[in-house]
Amino acid sequence: MNFEAVIGLEVHAELATETKIFCACSTKYGAEPNTQTCPVCLGLPGTLPVLNEKVVEYCLRAGLALNCRIADYSKLDRKNYFYPDLPKAYQISQYDLPLCRDGFLRLAGGKTVRITRIHIEEDAGKLIHSPEGERYSLVDYNRAGVPLIEIVTAPDLTTPEEAVEFLEQLRRILLYLGISDCKMEEGSLRCDANISLKPAGTERLGTKTELKNINSFKALGRALAYEIERQAELLAEGQTVKQETRKWEEAKQRTLPMRSKEETEDYRYFPEPDLVPIELDRSYVAAIAATLPELPAARKRRLIEEYHLPAYDADRLTAAKPLADFFEAVLRHYFNPKAASNFIMGELFRLMGEAGMAPEELTVNPAHLADLLKRIDEGEISLTLGKTIFEKVFRTGASPEEVIKAEGIRQISDPVWLRTVVTEVLKENPQSVGDYLNGKVQALQFLVGQVMRKTKGQANPQVVKDMLAAELARLHF
Amino acid sequence: MELCDLTLHEIKDLFARKEVLPSMVLEAVAGRIREVEKSLGAYLALDLDTAFTAARAADARFQAGKALGTLDGIPVAIKDNLCQAGKETTCASRILQGFVPPYTATAVQKLLDQGAVIIGRTNMDEFAMGSSTENSAVKPAKNPWDPRRVPGGSSGGSAVAVAAGEAIVALGSDTGGSIRQPAAFCGVTGLKPTYGLVSRYGLVAFASSFDQIGPIAKDAEDCALLLAAIAGFDPLDATSVRGEPVDYRQELDRELTGCKIGLPREYFGAGLDDEVRRIIMTAVEQLEELGARVVELSLKLTEYALPVYYLISSAEASSNLARYDGIRYGRAAADRAELAAYYTKTRTEGFGPEVKRRIMLGTYALSAGYYEAYYQKAQQVRTLICREFAEAFRAVDAIVTPTSPTLPFRLGERLADPLAMYLSDVCTVPVNIAGLPAISIPCGFVRGLPVGMQIIGRPFAEGTILNIAHQFQKVTAYHRARPNGAERGEQK
Amino acid sequence: MREEVSVEEVRHVAELARLAFSEAELRVLAGEFTRILQAFAKLNEVDTTGVPPTAHILEVKNRLRADRVRPSLPRAEALQNAAAVKDGSFVAPPVME
Repeated sequence: MNFEAVIGLEVHAELATETKIFCACSTKYGAEPNTQTCPVCLGLPGTLPVLNEKVVEYCLRAGLALNCRIADYSKLDRKNYFYPDLPKAYQISQYDLPLCRDGFLRLAGGKTVRITRIHIEEDAGKLIHSPEGERYSLVDYNRAGVPLIEIVTAPDLTTPEEAVEFLEQLRRILLYLGISDCKMEEGSLRCDANISLKPAGTERLGTKTELKNINSFKALGRALAYEIERQAELLAEGQTVKQETRKWEEAKQRTLPMRSKEETEDYRYFPEPDLVPIELDRSYVAAIAATLPELPAARKRRLIEEYHLPAYDADRLTAAKPLADFFEAVLRHYFNPKAASNFIMGELFRLMGEAGMAPEELTVNPAHLADLLKRIDEGEISLTLGKTIFEKVFRTGASPEEVIKAEGIRQISDPVWLRTVVTEVLKENPQSVGDYLNGKVQALQFLVGQVMRKTKGQANPQVVKDMLAAELARLHF
Repeated sequence: MELCDLTLHEIKDLFARKEVLPSMVLEAVAGRIREVEKSLGAYLALDLDTAFTAARAADARFQAGKALGTLDGIPVAIKDNLCQAGKETTCASRILQGFVPPYTATAVQKLLDQGAVIIGRTNMDEFAMGSSTENSAVKPAKNPWDPRRVPGGSSGGSAVAVAAGEAIVALGSDTGGSIRQPAAFCGVTGLKPTYGLVSRYGLVAFASSFDQIGPIAKDAEDCALLLAAIAGFDPLDATSVRGEPVDYRQELDRELTGCKIGLPREYFGAGLDDEVRRIIMTAVEQLEELGARVVELSLKLTEYALPVYYLISSAEASSNLARYDGIRYGRAAADRAELAAYYTKTRTEGFGPEVKRRIMLGTYALSAGYYEAYYQKAQQVRTLICREFAEAFRAVDAIVTPTSPTLPFRLGERLADPLAMYLSDVCTVPVNIAGLPAISIPCGFVRGLPVGMQIIGRPFAEGTILNIAHQFQKVTAYHRARPNGAERGEQK
Repeated sequence: MREEVSVEEVRHVAELARLAFSEAELRVLAGEFTRILQAFAKLNEVDTTGVPPTAHILEVKNRLRADRVRPSLPRAEALQNAAAVKDGSFVAPPVME
């Protein structure tokens, strides 16, 4: 029997606020354990939460970007459970009245994935599990109270690839909005997946499992693929899928059931009495909507329409807002979109990759790249040389002009100098000259190579070729 | 009458006339503590050394003519559920043994900023759950009018301290009557402010949507002074209300002519002690003589107030008290081998029976399948009770009821029967449900035991109820009676 | 609302609340709960159709705080009340997943 997968995602993104959701402690990542805590986020008796205004704003940004309805009236609730990383033994979250609901995100192929809700909540602390044989765990509450948004999709995804694409698109949007770092490896973007199978072409829903511990995009795809195969095998053998939470084991590339609790969780949600409701003014929401940047999908469309870029280029250039900003800044000084795109996707991305540089760390002056591209276009420098110069521009921040001067790179457009070299080469290679004159056209390529060697690659090969051909033609007659 | 039996405003007058210095008042209070504390159990912790240092500093300020504020040099007792940096705060619970907060409650900080001399932390029902102070894990407090009887609760220690001259004024907290009922039982004046008037930051939570800190003092004027000192918006408490500071003492000179007072018949029905009823009705006549117009009215939902209160407060408490797990603070189980067992052992050993009962009741009311029937139903009825009060206050300026349906009962009398104990709060909980302000003032004695009258006001109308109380106290002397026999009001 | 609360229900609630009771205590509690909840069943007399629940008596809304960092507690103070501390962290019983 053929099965179709039914996949829904629950994505948690840590918000890039300065302070925690309910207190003024810093949210900076990587501090020494328990150095970013206070009576409030430690849950000391008598302390009270006060909501960070940026958390509401950031959640609304996400909601608006994902086409959600923004609630007129929203509130916070307590989710009660005991765990050492949860200082108050309840998490302040949102239960029935989230800030945003009923949105959607459209995938590249046009498919719409519905967003059920987006709500705000606090993160828990970090548990350092017992080393082998030791009978304790250590608790660090630096992360306790860091603001999160939880984005829940409808079960609209049908393949691991779609799920990965959704998550990539979502990450892109959150980064464009500037509301989260979205670093999966640091845990500032986390994703759980619900998955079940149904016989192809039917609406009969199967039993779902929930997958946790997915730490990368690749892991999301693999965990889902593994789970689809596992569930399909069970169903094919006439067995049933058990409703459970399973953990993705990266090392062994498999999912395993998590130790199930003796009883089903009963979180006893109720309205948080320490916080008052949130009532959003339409004008406030409109003001936030007005500050939203152009989002990746729209920008991609615009790059295609405005600059006639291929979809592939537009997609890569809009992968992160700083890249798209950089591209368009280059175009302000040098309007040859495809050439700029080629150079950015080729050279810039390669150098960034080698340097392990994130898009937001890009510091190259777009005017410098524009200047360089102009010089290449005008034949002043070769593309090869241009790449060499750009590498120095990239590493040092110097302008192409400065690099050319400092490196003593001669301008190949100097025809007097170039002609001297060409004459030299013709003199030194009578054999090849003879071959060429006897009709062996490929000898010309050899001669070009010789000129390039003598000029240490600084000559424009096309100019050299033209000049050689002209000289040889003169000899011929 | 000794210095420690005087009111705050009387002492301030003595300070102003330079007849007395703060350390002399503290001497008197310390002397009284030495005399009676052992038999009354008002305090869980005394810090007289620090208090004397503070009092001498206040002496110097007075001598230099640089007194800080209303409370400068005044010995104040604070309930043991108000955090003070560096001072063990236990809520009279084993589970908080040794807990020393690194921060101070806003209300306490305001007292300190105004020069108050904090002498110690008062006894209470564990986590403020109770109506007799018998639920203290340390010791019960005793009623100074009759030590065989309870002083009321949960702020029993604060009420005892003020009544017995072991403090000039005190702070308590009131979730369902915990300031007013012990004030009534101990013959002192206690005010529960409107929810949101006083910051709850640093008040160890029992039921967050009901809890308020308030003054316990010897008369309404003192309550006005102490309330003005602690009220006000606090950015650390999202449920504290913005508003201009009010000088409540300025509100105390209005005649009652034209003031309309409602008597809700539901508070005077079955269950009300006949002698208490007689005393209250006499007090009501007194108010009429002062010019007030008294009308009967009906608050039909009163009988639903107890279940609403106990369901919601227990639900909130079950969540508020979940944090006591032995990891970050407080008493912990010795065996750390297994997580669930550690939690259970820590909490089972740390909490007393009443606290456990409320946690259980609250957990039950919130648990799957019961939320709608209990918690949500209670919240809906809460809405109706609020509306009913609002409706009543369209017709009257204040509502007068007994504070407690009975006289102070004997120690142990109601311990075995939680429902009977809960009934002690029947007159006070509706006020917390609606978040209203209410004051309890002494209005007579029955066989040497004080009776309290509750005056309930509109939201933020503390001035109105303080004025009614003050006008009453101007023509009566019940509030001047002291249990040590200094001046018995009942003979007046 | 229920007529009688069973020992089993009380045991379940105790587990949720992380409290332990002896069998005798559970029976007493079940009896008390039955009595208390029967008394509280009085609430069913009130018609609450269409009545919104009150979680807050205040009219206050949108009490928000500016996103400005203030110093955290020194670590020693954060840890000062813990029963056990190791390597700058709180010690909890072993947690395995």
